[in-house]
Amino acid sequence: MFWNEKAECMNKEEKEAVQLKRLQETVKNAYENVEFYKKRFDEIGLKPEDIKTLKDIEKIPFTTKSDLREAYPLGLLAVPREEIVEVHASSGTTGKPTVTAYTQNDLDIWGECIARGLKMAGAEKDYIIQNAYGYGLFTGGFGIHHGGNKMGAITIPISAGNTQRQLDTMVDFQSDILTCTPSYAMYLGESREKAGISLEDINLKAGIHGAEMWTDEMRKRIESSLGIKTYNIYGLTEVMGPGVAQECSEQNGMHIQDDQFYPEIINSDTGETLDYGEKGELVLTSLTKTGMPILRFRTKDLTSLIGEKCECGRTTVRMTRITGRSDDMLKIKGVMVFPSQIEKALLKISGISPNYMIHVTRPDILDEVEVKVEASKELFSDEMKEMEKVEKQIQASIRSETGLRVDVSIVEPETLPRSEGKAVRVIDERNFE
Amino acid sequence: MAVKQISIFVENKEGRIKKAIDTLAKENINIRALSIADTTKYGILRLIVSNNEKAIEALEKNNFIVKENEVIILAVPDEPNGLNSTLAVFDEKEINLEYLYAFVSSNTDEAIVVMRLENMEKAIEALNESDVKILDEEDIKEL
Repeated sequence: MFWNEKAECMNKEEKEAVQLKRLQETVKNAYENVEFYKKRFDEIGLKPEDIKTLKDIEKIPFTTKSDLREAYPLGLLAVPREEIVEVHASSGTTGKPTVTAYTQNDLDIWGECIARGLKMAGAEKDYIIQNAYGYGLFTGGFGIHHGGNKMGAITIPISAGNTQRQLDTMVDFQSDILTCTPSYAMYLGESREKAGISLEDINLKAGIHGAEMWTDEMRKRIESSLGIKTYNIYGLTEVMGPGVAQECSEQNGMHIQDDQFYPEIINSDTGETLDYGEKGELVLTSLTKTGMPILRFRTKDLTSLIGEKCECGRTTVRMTRITGRSDDMLKIKGVMVFPSQIEKALLKISGISPNYMIHVTRPDILDEVEVKVEASKELFSDEMKEMEKVEKQIQASIRSETGLRVDVSIVEPETLPRSEGKAVRVIDERNFE
Repeated sequence: MAVKQISIFVENKEGRIKKAIDTLAKENINIRALSIADTTKYGILRLIVSNNEKAIEALEKNNFIVKENEVIILAVPDEPNGLNSTLAVFDEKEINLEYLYAFVSSNTDEAIVVMRLENMEKAIEALNESDVKILDEEDIKEL
């Protein structure tokens, strides 16, 4: 029932010893081979040897997404370029993505983490994994794939989309595990019902879903519409990709692979480290990656940690469901969006007032976005077709900037709320509690 | 000859049209003709008023977005086929109609039609060649 019992069920002393040793190695590797970290350490007079206990990690400066962006594309490598075998990237605010590079060792670690998660979801070597995460620069598709390979299971790299083919594959191959975003799982469940395929026709047992926030309500609907048990998975490109943490069958918090990643929770305003049980921003440090080690990365994801041993027998630290973000980044339909991207898209259209509002809702299971823009004299036309053209133009501009299809509403000037100081640009009415 | 109409952007929210009309009333501006083109989210309020300049100034002061544009105003015989024979003029020259709205005048045997066409210049030319009666600013004041 464990993929790697030795690693997943260590007692506290064993684990802390492993973590400290690996942290020291990672810090040394980062300091000696990555200019960025050396500079950061030297600025505050910190030496790798100063990390004598796990608590000493708090002396290390945080790494942020913008640090990674500045290093675009391969500025944070700790190894010669010939050792890198794969790269992935996530979208960024400025159009520049953040890149993560992997050595073979790093891909093995990734596969190991995913394999542990697959096992948590009940997978065996003869299981068929229908991997409906997107394959590409996005980490979802390849991450699961590496894990499936590691386990020796059969991975179908079907990627996201083409619903009919997904359903046919489920029936024809009798897939055991479905891996995709929760909203796509929801959609596949509904499509199965519409297509008149009964639960007896398919053989799915589990779904591993992540890359966007989802609720218990969605979980129930996915589970009943596909006849499966679902497992929440967490990860982020900057650190590795999916598999940093995943739920076991207890569905009570996601097990962080803490022999590979060291988790901390901080107060996002003060940077102060918080205790287990307290809610704050998750900070992750890679303990074993060699190609692009990452020290104290601020994930901006809000969660809390559970230290107690899980009913399943694993002792790995668990994190609770992500309930929000500490910055203004939105995750809509699994896509990261910053209000500044919307602003940038709007500013490309002449005559648009800089006042806008992003309204995110989830009326049923899918996110919907309405962007309200104040009308201006230049934007307004007496002819309806001209007005429609303007709306379409705004839509297209936002689409090319963020990849999202949004609903555009032109509203009267001076009607969007203004606030003192930082403008309120986003109303997010989705409920993730 | 073209006549100037004003168009106002109104959001589809309660009280917005009234607010626009109120603003004009306070300035003692008379509305001679009115039409609304609407979508689910907003409408375009089109007006022929007694004093465009004053109307625009007052509306803009109240944060409305206003545009002035040219329309053609015609007197159409108030009888079957009246409008049809007028439209035939544009049809023949293949001039597209953007929109039109009509109202009755104090002159009971005529209906007044406000039109905007894709090519206003060509439209006026076509009308001048026909026997359709075009109204100018002076005529409108009489309505």
